[in-house]
Amino acid sequence: MSQSISFLTAAAVLLAAGCGKASTPIGAAGDAASRVYVAPGQHDELYAFMSGGFSGNVTVYGLPSGRLLQQIAVFSQYPEKGYGYSEQTKAMFNTSYGFVPWDDAHHPQLSITNGQADGRWLFINGNNTPRIARIDLTTFETHEIIEIPNSSGGHGSPYLTENSEYAVSATRFALPTPQEDMSIKDGKFGGMLSFVKIDPASGHMNLAFQILVPGYDYDLARSGKGPSKDWSFFTSYNSEEAKTLLEANASQKDRDYIAAVNRKAAEQCVAEGKTTEWKTPYAHNLVGEDGVARTEMLRSQRVLEVGSCPGVLYFLPTPKSPHGVDVDPTGEFIVAGGKLATTIPVHSFSRLQKAIADQAFDGEVGGIPVLKYDAIVAGEVENPGLGPLHTEFDGQGNAYTSVFISSEIVKFSLKDFKVVDRIPTYYSIGHLLIPGGDTEKPYGKYMIALNKITKDRYLPTGPELTQSGQLYDISGDKMKLLLDFPMTGEPHYAQALPASVLKDKSLKAYALADNKDPYVTKTESAVKAVRQGTKIHVYMTAIRSHFLPDNIEGIQVGDSVFFHVTNLEQDWDVPHGFAMLGAQNAELLIMPGQTRTLTWQPQRPGVYPFYCTDFCSALHQEMQGYMRVSPKGSNVPLAWNGGTGTLGK
Amino acid sequence: MRRIARAVTAVAALALGLLYLTPLWHIGLTAPQYPEGLGLHIWINKITGEKPQDLNSINGLNHYIGMKEIVPESFPELRFMPIAVAVLIGLGLLVAVWGNRKALYAWTALFAAGALAGLADFYRWGYAYGHELNPRAAIKIPDMSYQPPLIGGKQLLNFHADSWPALGGWVAVLVLVTALTLSVLEWRAARARSG
Repeated sequence: MSQSISFLTAAAVLLAAGCGKASTPIGAAGDAASRVYVAPGQHDELYAFMSGGFSGNVTVYGLPSGRLLQQIAVFSQYPEKGYGYSEQTKAMFNTSYGFVPWDDAHHPQLSITNGQADGRWLFINGNNTPRIARIDLTTFETHEIIEIPNSSGGHGSPYLTENSEYAVSATRFALPTPQEDMSIKDGKFGGMLSFVKIDPASGHMNLAFQILVPGYDYDLARSGKGPSKDWSFFTSYNSEEAKTLLEANASQKDRDYIAAVNRKAAEQCVAEGKTTEWKTPYAHNLVGEDGVARTEMLRSQRVLEVGSCPGVLYFLPTPKSPHGVDVDPTGEFIVAGGKLATTIPVHSFSRLQKAIADQAFDGEVGGIPVLKYDAIVAGEVENPGLGPLHTEFDGQGNAYTSVFISSEIVKFSLKDFKVVDRIPTYYSIGHLLIPGGDTEKPYGKYMIALNKITKDRYLPTGPELTQSGQLYDISGDKMKLLLDFPMTGEPHYAQALPASVLKDKSLKAYALADNKDPYVTKTESAVKAVRQGTKIHVYMTAIRSHFLPDNIEGIQVGDSVFFHVTNLEQDWDVPHGFAMLGAQNAELLIMPGQTRTLTWQPQRPGVYPFYCTDFCSALHQEMQGYMRVSPKGSNVPLAWNGGTGTLGK
Repeated sequence: MRRIARAVTAVAALALGLLYLTPLWHIGLTAPQYPEGLGLHIWINKITGEKPQDLNSINGLNHYIGMKEIVPESFPELRFMPIAVAVLIGLGLLVAVWGNRKALYAWTALFAAGALAGLADFYRWGYAYGHELNPRAAIKIPDMSYQPPLIGGKQLLNFHADSWPALGGWVAVLVLVTALTLSVLEWRAARARSG
């Protein structure tokens, strides 16, 4: 949705001007500065995890200050951390298509227990080559990525169930299912709703089952909570099943569908063996206990075809090309952001249950019963602005919907579905975030608009401008803008939770004693270099302020040198870096107690330095060494200093 | 000795048993880069970091100025002190049972002498630790030595060092004060009886 939206944006600006609605030039509340000021040395009240969108990363911010705390490398190679370059992390990017070192990261979601964030893991989806990643929240590192087969545009994901039993994923771009060569125009496409089981102890993911659905574009998802905890909801657009110029061709019908999946019914059918085995390959990449990521290529999935399992899936007619589908804290209301609709429809879960019991159907589509709109809708929010997308909740009976085209947030009451307040965003909000606003017990207090466009809000930086977050105070009746802050792009969804849940669990250093890396070197007396054919394994240590060995001879052009560098430090905030002249990959950044491996293929004879890149100590500049490279076939023996090496100090 | 004095002596002697459970002395270090601090606990039988990695960290940092590593196994005092404390407890209980006033004086004197010897030994070690520096150290500052304070605080380059008794040390001080007080009270009671 880019081109059509641009025109609509222009139209909205004209409309706003026509209404004579004045917006304040700056927009901030009078006491905003004191509300967001976190004094030097003080900590923020909340952690916020923002999707990095096409950067493939997750960014961590402190709230309310809006200070950037960390970037977590997930779906993109990240040379600064050696992520995706080091031998221990390369496998994270394996897919059934080979090494795919980038993805489009959209929707972070914190693991939940009893409908509340528990601070164990953060899950996030990759949209392009559909994947779900799991980030460990003691280390803030990505520990697992699972590819979703038979799917594309993994957008409606991960949206966990009430106790993190499952992450879900949907197909945004309908495909031949299973894949085959066919005419785009005439081919029959399908979609897939995937359920990924999460192990409650380890967090490990495995694809439990998939549900084959008609070839619409399944967009976003939410799993229910409370009474609706056994259900997951997926919006769809393009029930027209257009395959070209979707902006018009997929916008013809007044209503599309929310697919409502009864997960318990699906589990039952899967247990009864009503599935078909499909054989699409997909990759599962997991960091083992030794800290090394490995790939398991899987080739079998259980697919549930709707006809074989009645009662598992219903379509809720919903105006028009709905985007977000968000379930309120009580689990009763399902708010759909009909992005081309003139109202925000709110479905009722209890009415939905009754409609199913009463068989209040409006026929079937592709074997899926379509429920009667009037039988399930609880209300429609009138005058919600143009282009409602996503909704979060404050736990006080209010819902807050982001509205893209009119660039605002509307607040409405879940009692009477009347708009009670609205406030502009600068500009073109996508998702919005209320801390815990998607859980059963929202933290409330703040709200963040995640804006796609900033135009004049910051100093210009050429054609490409920053994206932004805007922090609002929602503790009173009226929403108040407190702060703008730039964000790496493009921010989609975000999650936040109180700092107290996470900060004491944050790891300070990996225990060297527990380091199980196959190439660990735990003491300086154990350092060595070993030749295996044309491979040289260097078992190296780093500690303030030297590497050992730091002189190695006997390397030849044509060799591959593996620097297995173990950081012997056990002190807080003392990583070491490792960079090798001419290495065709990246640096290593090695946390205390960790081992990381960089591969170097020397090109020409000579002597080449390596050094520590992370300013570690007063003698950081001296933390350097040399590799001697001889011509191929040279008789210079392999030698090093340290351990039992024969080169002197 | 009066009955109450004998009971107090027994309790005081037994209180020394806490020295097996809690450290005697604490040396704390803070620096701009170490707002969380580093610390050493000296027990009667071991030296440990206040946090698990503190001893390693202190050894790592001190190599820049050429200080020796603290290797707990190399201290004969740590093998000797547990025995000495056991002997003191045993003798204290003996005094309480026997009830002999002069034995109380002797026990008090022995304890006081042991404590003084311990402090002197601690000073001797601190002096050597702070003065015997590796001549190949990276950081050399003329006339600078790094002897930790015997008791109290001291700035050593970027580190502020604090040295104070830990819980076990305060227990020892309390027991010693109790023994001295008992000795004085018993002496005055005896003089009153004979006068």
